[in-house]
Parts: sequence; C-alpha cells; structure tokens
Amino acid sequence: MSELSPLFEVFLRGRRGLDHIHVGSLHAQDAGQALEYARDTYIRRSEGVSIWVVESKDIHASQESDVASFYDPMDDKPYRHATHYTLPDGVDNM
Amino acid sequence: MAEANDLEQVFENKIDAEEKIEPKDWMPEGYRKNLIRQMSQHAHSEVIGMQPEGNWLTRAPTLERKSVLLAKIQDEAGHGLYLYSATETLGITREEIVQALHDGRAKYASIFNYPSLTWADIGAIGWLVDGAAIVNQVALQRTSYGPYARAMVRICKEESFHQRQGYESIAVLARGSAQQKAMAQDALNRWWWPSLMMFGPHDADSAHSAQSMLWKIKRKSNDELRQSFVDQTVSQAEIIDLEIPDPDLKWNEQRQHFDFGEIDWDEFKQVINGNGLCNRERLAQHKKAHANGAWVRDAVAAYVKGKTGESGE
Ligand SMILES: [Fe+2]
Ligand SMILES: [Fe+2]
Repeated sequence: MSELSPLFEVFLRGRRGLDHIHVGSLHAQDAGQALEYARDTYIRRSEGVSIWVVESKDIHASQESDVASFYDPMDDKPYRHATHYTLPDGVDNM
Repeated sequence: MAEANDLEQVFENKIDAEEKIEPKDWMPEGYRKNLIRQMSQHAHSEVIGMQPEGNWLTRAPTLERKSVLLAKIQDEAGHGLYLYSATETLGITREEIVQALHDGRAKYASIFNYPSLTWADIGAIGWLVDGAAIVNQVALQRTSYGPYARAMVRICKEESFHQRQGYESIAVLARGSAQQKAMAQDALNRWWWPSLMMFGPHDADSAHSAQSMLWKIKRKSNDELRQSFVDQTVSQAEIIDLEIPDPDLKWNEQRQHFDFGEIDWDEFKQVINGNGLCNRERLAQHKKAHANGAWVRDAVAAYVKGKTGESGE
C-alpha cells in the first residue's frame, strides 16, 4: 500500500508562537489522512499544537553539493557578524 | 451572534494567556487592520531606510567600509521582505501594500526623511537609528501576532551588527583629526533628535497606542522605549567623547533614569505630514525603482505563464 500512497513531510509547531519544524515523513492517501497519521505518530506526548503536512513531491530542495556557488556561507565576510567589531571598554549590551 | 462572541472570547483568552495569534486563527477586524498598518509601515521603513545609506555607498572611504555598508543595506532589504511576507499572512497583497505607500496612505519612519550629508552620518545612522530600532524591535519580539514576532526574532539577530558597525565607524572619526571629530559631533547633533522622534508621540497623544497595548501588538509604550534608548545611549556618547545636543539631559537619581529635553513636536508633525527635507525625494525614488522593475515582474509572469502552459498540455 505504501507504494501507492504518496509521501508527506510532517511539520510540528511545539508551542503557539514558534515556527513549525520538520519532524519526519509518512505515507497517506490524502492530506486529511496524513494529518491523522501525523497526529498518531508524532504527537502522542503533547509534542505539538499544530501540524502541517506537505506532499514530499511539492518540496523543492537545494543541493548540498551546490554549496560553493549557491549557498556560500560567506565565511570571507566576517564583518557581517557583530563580534567583528571591537567596542571600547564600558560599552556593553550593543 | 453567539458564535461571534465565542470567537471573540477565544481570541481574548489567547491574548490574556500570552499566546500568539496565528494567521488561521479568528481575529477581530480591528486587530487585523491595526497589524497591517503597523507591520507594513515597519516594512516600508526598512526599505526606504536604504536610501540615506545608499547615498554614501559609492563614496565610502575604504573598501572595507564599503563592503560593510553594502552588507548592512542588503540586510535591510531582507528585513523589508520578512515583514512584507509576514504582513501578507493577514490577507493583503504586496501590490496593495506598496500602493498604499505610493498613495501616501501608509507612512514609514520619519527619520528617513532627513538627508545623509556627510560620511559621519553613516556611522550616526548605524549607532542611533539602528540603535533606536533595536530597542523597539526587541520589545516587539513579544508581540501577540506570531508571524510578526518571529520576523522580529530574525531581524534582531542581524541588527546587532548594524549598530556596532555604526558605532565603531563614528568612534574612529571621534578620535581622529579635529576636523573628523567635528564631523562626528555634527552628525550626532543632526541625528539625535530625529532618533528620539522615532518612538512616536507621547503616550497620551498616540492615536493607536492604547488599543495596540491592549491587544499586545505593542508591548512597551512609546515613552518607555524612548527612555530606554536615552538611558543606554548617554554613556556610549561619553565613551567616545561626543556630546549629546541636549542641555536638559541629566541623571535623575530619584527616577534612576536620565531626564531629557522636550522634542520639537512641530518639526515631528511637519516631517510626518510630508514636509521634511527629503520626503518627496524618498517617495519619488521608491516609485521610480518600482516602475523600473516592472519589466522584471512582467518577465517573471510571462515565464511562469509559459511554463504552466506547457505542463498543462
Ligand atoms: Fe532593519
Ligand atoms: Fe538595521
């Protein structure tokens, strides 16, 4: 059956106000069923207050191998970090 | 009827319990409108704020300073995007939001209607304008609307770099030649009062404040935030030997806060109402940039249309 039913990615919001975070995936026939399965699978111990399910095929992902050209971590730009700037003594909290 | 009351009650309960309101939750129309107003103005401020800084991009004194300024301005564009997207979760389109700016129905922080006249202004903007924005934004991390609160958390992480680079830049001038020091002092003189105005009118005169505080959209009042900004900035000025241009500024032992002089509210009103030095220029520049980008939006739309046409076969 799992061969026939599409794969869904599951995202949980742990508490109101937080971002939804990816927790895993599961197979289901449709979104409604995926929500029920996600409930049964991922929130048996009050891990979340809201579930998102998204069909895996609808997720477009970047490739880690593209790091250099697409995902440059900008390690050569230390000035983007606050810690790059030395503050005079006595200035805290900036 | 009973149902509407129930919904309102559920909403109020969430607010009372310090829970966030999320896009799919029921919310009063006034809450939604109030958020759209505040969040879109906040987004516009991030975007318009790039103009006074962009003015010095090609004239930054060193490549290092230029790289820093470019990175900072890029962050501000990103902040605008976070906030526009968060505003769109309230069921308004980007086009409507931008149109309101162009029609003059939506405002942005009035400080960006002042000109950046010298290189020292760039340091002063990072130190004071971003500094004031941080005080405001730190409080807004606890705002009641989830997407707004989360955007603020992301923005605050980036703002610290903005303020530090500005402070460091003006500190270098302040300990430079007499001429450089005078330039730094002049920048502080011109940006100090507009920075205090960034927090808006006194609480008693603020049109939307009371309701916003009840709904926990705003978590601290204009006057409270302004006081925190003054309190933290005084020693920063002293340390780099610059003088804050306010003869009434002095420590109040009893209040454990600095007392400070009255803002020129007439000037504030003039600038808010479109009569600042750069209001027309800022808006005209935004309209021009938007119009110049029309072909990109058209090209994207044509590309998408072509693609979906193909796959639709
Ligand atoms: Fe910003
Ligand atoms: Fe900033």
